[in-house]
Amino acid sequence: MVNPTFRITGLDAFYGNKHVLKNINIDILPNAVTALIGPSGCGKSTFIRSLNRINDLILTFRREGKVCYHNQDIYAKDVDVVELRRRVGMVFQKPNPFPKSIYDNIAYCLKVHGIKDKDKIDATVESSLKKAALWDEVKNSLRQNALTLSGGQQQRLCIARTLAVEPEVILFDEPCSSLDPISTAKIEELIHQLKQSYTLIIVTHNMQQAARVSDFAGFFLLGELIEFDKTDKIFTAPKDKRTEDYITGRFG
Amino acid sequence: MIKKKRKLLNLKETVIESLLFLCSFFSIFVTAGIVLVLLVESWGFFKEVSILNFLTDRQWTPLFINKHFGILPLLCGTFLTTFIAVLTAIPIGLISAIYLSEYASLRVRNTVKPFLEILAAVPTVVYGYFALLFITPLLRQVIPGISGFNALSSGIVMGIMIIPLVASLSEDAMHAVPMNLREGAYAVGSSRMQSALHVVFPAALSGITAAFILAVSRAIGETMIVAIAAGQQPKLTLNPLVPIETITAYIVQISLGDTPHGTLEYRTIFACGMTLFLLTFVLNIFSFKLKRRFQEVYE
Ligand SMILES: Nc1ncnc2c1ncn2[C@@H]1O[C@H](COP(=O)(O)OP(=O)(O)OP(=O)(O)O)[C@@H](O)[C@H]1O
Ligand SMILES: [Mg+2]
Repeated sequence: MVNPTFRITGLDAFYGNKHVLKNINIDILPNAVTALIGPSGCGKSTFIRSLNRINDLILTFRREGKVCYHNQDIYAKDVDVVELRRRVGMVFQKPNPFPKSIYDNIAYCLKVHGIKDKDKIDATVESSLKKAALWDEVKNSLRQNALTLSGGQQQRLCIARTLAVEPEVILFDEPCSSLDPISTAKIEELIHQLKQSYTLIIVTHNMQQAARVSDFAGFFLLGELIEFDKTDKIFTAPKDKRTEDYITGRFG
Repeated sequence: MIKKKRKLLNLKETVIESLLFLCSFFSIFVTAGIVLVLLVESWGFFKEVSILNFLTDRQWTPLFINKHFGILPLLCGTFLTTFIAVLTAIPIGLISAIYLSEYASLRVRNTVKPFLEILAAVPTVVYGYFALLFITPLLRQVIPGISGFNALSSGIVMGIMIIPLVASLSEDAMHAVPMNLREGAYAVGSSRMQSALHVVFPAALSGITAAFILAVSRAIGETMIVAIAAGQQPKLTLNPLVPIETITAYIVQISLGDTPHGTLEYRTIFACGMTLFLLTFVLNIFSFKLKRRFQEVYE
């Protein structure tokens, strides 16, 4: 039995008085893709945003229960949140490149972690853009402002930026929802490759996408984790009626 | 019967509409009037003193027997005090803005911001005496040679006066930076300081620049503090420790003095006013443009 990367036990989350996650228990295994599905507003984003504590930015956010990353409670007092976020990267729904050049978008992430060596930065810019399948499109315009890229390119830049700091886990919150089918295919392909070396968690509304890219899948409904299992089990023989209804599109 | 009523109603509507129109255009009319007066009076001035002379003569002595009409000493005084003010206000204002927008809890932010605005409501004459009677003696402890009237203390106090403006406007600009940029910065492991300085600050830069320019034009136009605490000696110097005179302080001096209307000496006010108007006008247009560009980026 492999040790889980994340072990979440009894997680409850609130925005103010609003109870949005209820008693979530889940193990996330390393070097696998875990997909999270469920209707809008059921708490998928809240869930993955509590794995790298990015939800701490939301002043009304509050949680109870445990999120353990390699057996360490990430909400414990002595946790270095900055280091946690370096190890648990995140790609957001809407591409959010920094208003800097393509090169500086990645260089910034390295400088943040104290890397100043120009050659090392150059090399990492190139290698992470290559991993994110963006290098060929931008290698001649690295000094161009990242906001001039297309949405799909921006999203791949955000992935490159995340890869540059060498995380162990990457959280994807609907990474393709604002992209066209071609960009989506590129990013799916990318996720496929990243699986070799990273632990990936992806929130998606696209059932085919979840079925294609993931090894495990979890179905959320109204703040509860209804079912969590191997992806083929969830999609071929779901145990819960509600899961079945949702994936077959019969959900009201 | 109905007809008559409608006529009355129509009349009422027209009256109300024209009243509203007059009110809303009142300030525009007044501004236009002021500009017209400035133009006419400075035209009178420049008929007797050439613009070249005005811009290049190194002395300003309109009230002496040996008259010189060089605006440079006054401009120099204005720039000197403005420079000191901006040097004081920008760092403190920006640091407050960064703190309020990136660090402070909602409660602190909502308490501090109104305080900043109260600070902006202190009458400038109070600041003037604060400079003269408090800051100058204080500075004298450190710099014994400083004159009783000087550019330094009025510049510093002017800076203190515009801190709220800088802080409040820069905070607005930083606050308007979309949350997802910060999230991006934090997600790659930035500290708050790194996110604030390297992501939020550059993203808000045009808004912050607009705040900066507004602060400069506010300092250029500030009158009371410099009239009280900077002295009234037009001098072409960059030494902040001696009495100088700014354009605004000169205008006050003449307006309050007994210079007869219609004379050349009297008209110097308008030439000075015109200079001041052009300076701040250009700056304000600049800041307006920047602000618009900033809004375009994020809306
Ligand atoms: N910042 C917030 N403040 C208050 N309530 C919030 C906040 N963010 C989310 N919520 C609420 O929490 C619930 C869960 O939201 P969440 O964003 O996690 O859903 P989601 O499953 O990601 O939905 P979607 O598929 O639309 O992205 C929703 O009811 C939402 O309205
Ligand atoms: Mg979501």
